[in-house]
Amino acid sequence: MSLLRIWAVTQKGFIQLFRDRRTLAMMLALPIIQLLLFGYAIDMNVDHVPTIVADQSQDAESRAYIEAVAASGFFDIVGYVSSSEEVAQAIDRGDVIAGIFIPPDFAAHLKRGDAQVSFLVDGSDVITAQSAYAAADVIAQNYAGKLQLEKIKRMGAALQTQPIDARVRILYNPNMTNIWFTIPGMCAMILQTQSLVLTTTALVLEREAGTIEQLLVTPIRPVELMLGKIIPNLIITLVNMLSILGMGILVFGVPFQGSFQLFFWLSVIFSFSGLGLGLLVSSISETQKQAQQIIMAVMLVAIVLGGFMFPRTTMPDALKLIGDLFPLTHFIPIARGIITKGVGLDMLWEQVTALVVYVAVILLISVRSFKQGLE
Amino acid sequence: MTDEKTIVTKNLVKQFKTRNGVVTAINGVTLQVHRGETYGLIGPDGAGKTTTTRVILGLLTRTGGESSILGYDSMHDTYQIRERVGYIAQQFALPGDLTVMENMQFFANIHGVSREDQKKRIPELLEFAGLEKFTTRLGGKLSGGMKKKLALACSLVHEPQVVMLDEPTLGVDPVSRREFWNLLGNLRTEKGMTIFVCTPYMDEAERCNWVGLMYKGQLIAHDSPETIKAMVPGRLLEFTPSEFAPARDLVAGMEGVTEMQTYGLMLHVFVDDLDRRQQEIQATLADQGITCAGMREIEPRMEEAFISLIHKQESYERSESTAE
Amino acid sequence: MQGESAMQSQAKRIYALMWKELIQILRDWRTLLMILGLPILEMFLFAYAVNMTIDHIPTVVADLSMGERSQTFLDAMQTSEFFDLELYTSSEQQVIQAIESGKAVAGIVIPPDFEAQIDRGSAQVLIIFDGSDAYTVQSGYRAASAIAQTQSMVVVAQKLQRAGAAEFSPPVFTSTRILYNPNMDGMIFMLPGVIGILLQMLTMNLTAMSVVREQELGILEQILVTPARPFDLIVGKMVPNILISVLDLAIILVVGIYWFKVPFQGSFLLFALLSLLFIISGLSMGVLISTIAKTQKEAQQITSVVLMLSMLLTGMMYPRSTMPPAVSAVGGLIPVTYYLRIIRGIMTKGIGLTFMWQDVLVLVIYGLIVIVAAAKLFKKRLD
Repeated sequence: MSLLRIWAVTQKGFIQLFRDRRTLAMMLALPIIQLLLFGYAIDMNVDHVPTIVADQSQDAESRAYIEAVAASGFFDIVGYVSSSEEVAQAIDRGDVIAGIFIPPDFAAHLKRGDAQVSFLVDGSDVITAQSAYAAADVIAQNYAGKLQLEKIKRMGAALQTQPIDARVRILYNPNMTNIWFTIPGMCAMILQTQSLVLTTTALVLEREAGTIEQLLVTPIRPVELMLGKIIPNLIITLVNMLSILGMGILVFGVPFQGSFQLFFWLSVIFSFSGLGLGLLVSSISETQKQAQQIIMAVMLVAIVLGGFMFPRTTMPDALKLIGDLFPLTHFIPIARGIITKGVGLDMLWEQVTALVVYVAVILLISVRSFKQGLE
Repeated sequence: MTDEKTIVTKNLVKQFKTRNGVVTAINGVTLQVHRGETYGLIGPDGAGKTTTTRVILGLLTRTGGESSILGYDSMHDTYQIRERVGYIAQQFALPGDLTVMENMQFFANIHGVSREDQKKRIPELLEFAGLEKFTTRLGGKLSGGMKKKLALACSLVHEPQVVMLDEPTLGVDPVSRREFWNLLGNLRTEKGMTIFVCTPYMDEAERCNWVGLMYKGQLIAHDSPETIKAMVPGRLLEFTPSEFAPARDLVAGMEGVTEMQTYGLMLHVFVDDLDRRQQEIQATLADQGITCAGMREIEPRMEEAFISLIHKQESYERSESTAE
Repeated sequence: MQGESAMQSQAKRIYALMWKELIQILRDWRTLLMILGLPILEMFLFAYAVNMTIDHIPTVVADLSMGERSQTFLDAMQTSEFFDLELYTSSEQQVIQAIESGKAVAGIVIPPDFEAQIDRGSAQVLIIFDGSDAYTVQSGYRAASAIAQTQSMVVVAQKLQRAGAAEFSPPVFTSTRILYNPNMDGMIFMLPGVIGILLQMLTMNLTAMSVVREQELGILEQILVTPARPFDLIVGKMVPNILISVLDLAIILVVGIYWFKVPFQGSFLLFALLSLLFIISGLSMGVLISTIAKTQKEAQQITSVVLMLSMLLTGMMYPRSTMPPAVSAVGGLIPVTYYLRIIRGIMTKGIGLTFMWQDVLVLVIYGLIVIVAAAKLFKKRLD
């Protein structure tokens, strides 16, 4: 090992990096754009669903019901029609997502205790539909509860309607702010994708251009070459991660609860796993196109199964096992643990051990395959 | 017949816009290539040879002047030119994932060569290029020399009247280079084809029957190789001094020495009067205890002529700039 | 006569270019395999891995009352299937510790005097959630409140009955009907999204990468000096890639319809025509990108930005209705937004042109602009 030779390769990497300003700017800007999108654009809590109403009763009770629906904030009443067919048509056209149909004589039925209200929800957007479905339920229940309370009061009974009260306390993120939840996952994802993509493209590009051959005739050892290539990518990756974290803290007010030092060094260890995977991918792909395709597949699986975008608890066991194969899966709980929960190594040692073992194994395999690829 | 001009340019100018302003790559080039000629455009790297070729072919838009092939204007009659001209770009640039045969067929089809003609012509060309045994090999897996031969065969498949080659022997071993030039020679003698070659190699320039010397975007000389060689002032002495650096400095300042070029540890000295200066040089050097091995007169080659012409151009430019 | 032979030679040139492209595609079988395999992988992942309604939340319990009623309450929690009561501890601190170490995501603390509190009519159960796991909290929160309410009702009803009151039932029956997708099957929702995103990504990438690659290697220069016109080059490049894209689309559709049993409600012809238009405009977009990008790396970066915006802003997964107007407008600039609405309309809702002519119009106009721009800007020279 010669630090001088590693430095020579590293320097070359940096010069190339800074020469191509356009690419560098893109690399640094991309994560920030992504963060802004996640911060401002994406909200899975659907409310203010555009809703159309067909009220065939037109009495005080039905209007009170519609008011209760509108007051919930879940549904925005945007128009009135006169039949359930027209409601369905408006949903067909995509003008509204939900519709409420109240049949004639609502007040009379209410007195008899068999009033019917139907909600129609556009099921082609499942996420909105699920929210709307749940909301309709909640509203109906509340409304029914209110009426019942009145009834009970009329019966003269002095009873609490809610003898059992569930007080819910949400730890770490009491307001359920989405971005608090997103930031640790994004840091983990950026560390993984960037280190993987940068390493792979750098190596495949060099091979396509034949510059690896050029370097191999110098006295440099494969390990030194690899380290030299890895260092600039590692730094870019860490800069990106820190810019996301910084923006999250400064712009979105995400609190950093745990030890920054611990998080930083675990991030460094973690990004080596992406670099290792990058070496593996580059040794099995011949062209940039192939490398791109493989990376896309790997990232797709890692992101879907890793617990960043979708909950891991509901996955079938087989898929959970596949997810366990990706280092991202092990780092996400660490990132959430340190940033959001503020816990330390004493709570996280299991995940940290798993991560370290993984990184070591991946690096070992990738170094071996990288060496073989050169021979 | 030989008066028929195949390639003509007049005051051709090409400028590129870059971040640091406008760069003039070709600065008023006027040249003519006659039918059946092998024209060599020579010059150092960056002189503008490739740009000139691309502008003549209509691959780049020209900034000023005129250029045409076979009477077709480079800019307006681009497709007439492309039907009648073969071209090999500097990089080997045939699809590497097609086999030799598939490459041939691809270029034949794209030029609209009929099936019957293809059946006759492709085997002929493959044999001509010595590739008949490699028809199923992928283009990317050929050796450097074979790639160039395949490129030549592909560029001839539509029987062009003119072939333009941009440094066709770059990165090719000497044996393959010789073979390649023999192929070009056959094309000229057998088919009367006009050949336009860009090359930095002087030995290749000598195989052309007309040479244009390009330097910094300008054509500083164009004539037959013999005439160009004759442009060198005076006669040429070659010798190897026992001590190189002092001998070089001494001789450079002597009277009657018009120019000096160094070749390794050898000196090439142009003198006005051969016998007199030879004796003077030997005497002067002997005074300093320097001996001269193998001093003799040699025929100026393209290489000497080329360097001499560039030196002249440089000193001319220097005097121009100081005059301002 | 002259015109016909010009047409013939053009046809020949296009044929030559198409044939070359096709050989190249087939020869690079690794890439081909990935192109055809990726959609299947994506569909299986989304179908089996993505489930946003969370149940069986690992839960830790501290039942300090150990009474009959607390047991009833916990049973209700367990039978709801939302919560899996896995760990039992004896204090609130231990519950929090279990959540901190990640052993449980939710915790229930029942106070010591729970029975007495119920009799007094003001019992309080503490439910604690791990807020770093947003999905679980959102589902669990709702479930916990609902269970508490139901339990309250049971208690009230019991009391009322004991007081001799007549049985009563809720006065309003709400029926919610989910149109088009009554079981809220995620796959019915995801399939059009997968189609839209994959087609967008695939088409743009195919042409952008292959044109830029030929440019980088100098193959383009060699082909530009042939008599092939820009039109020939574009058609020759597009037709084989259209075939690949259509094949990809067919694979997704077949797997979606026959394996995942996603119903196809509307007109297949309309779907095919508009998809073809979308494919061609995607490929043209790739050609346009190739006129901007100088290297494959640059092309890749541009396509990945477009891809990211498409995934997040077009309504593929994330609802567009909750986006701020400015962000939503950015999404409106991406054609996938319209294509997605159209194919959801056709596949899921089964509606025709009369209901979505505006979206179709936008898609057609966009397609025409991109195709014409690609044909105009595609180089016949190197500068």
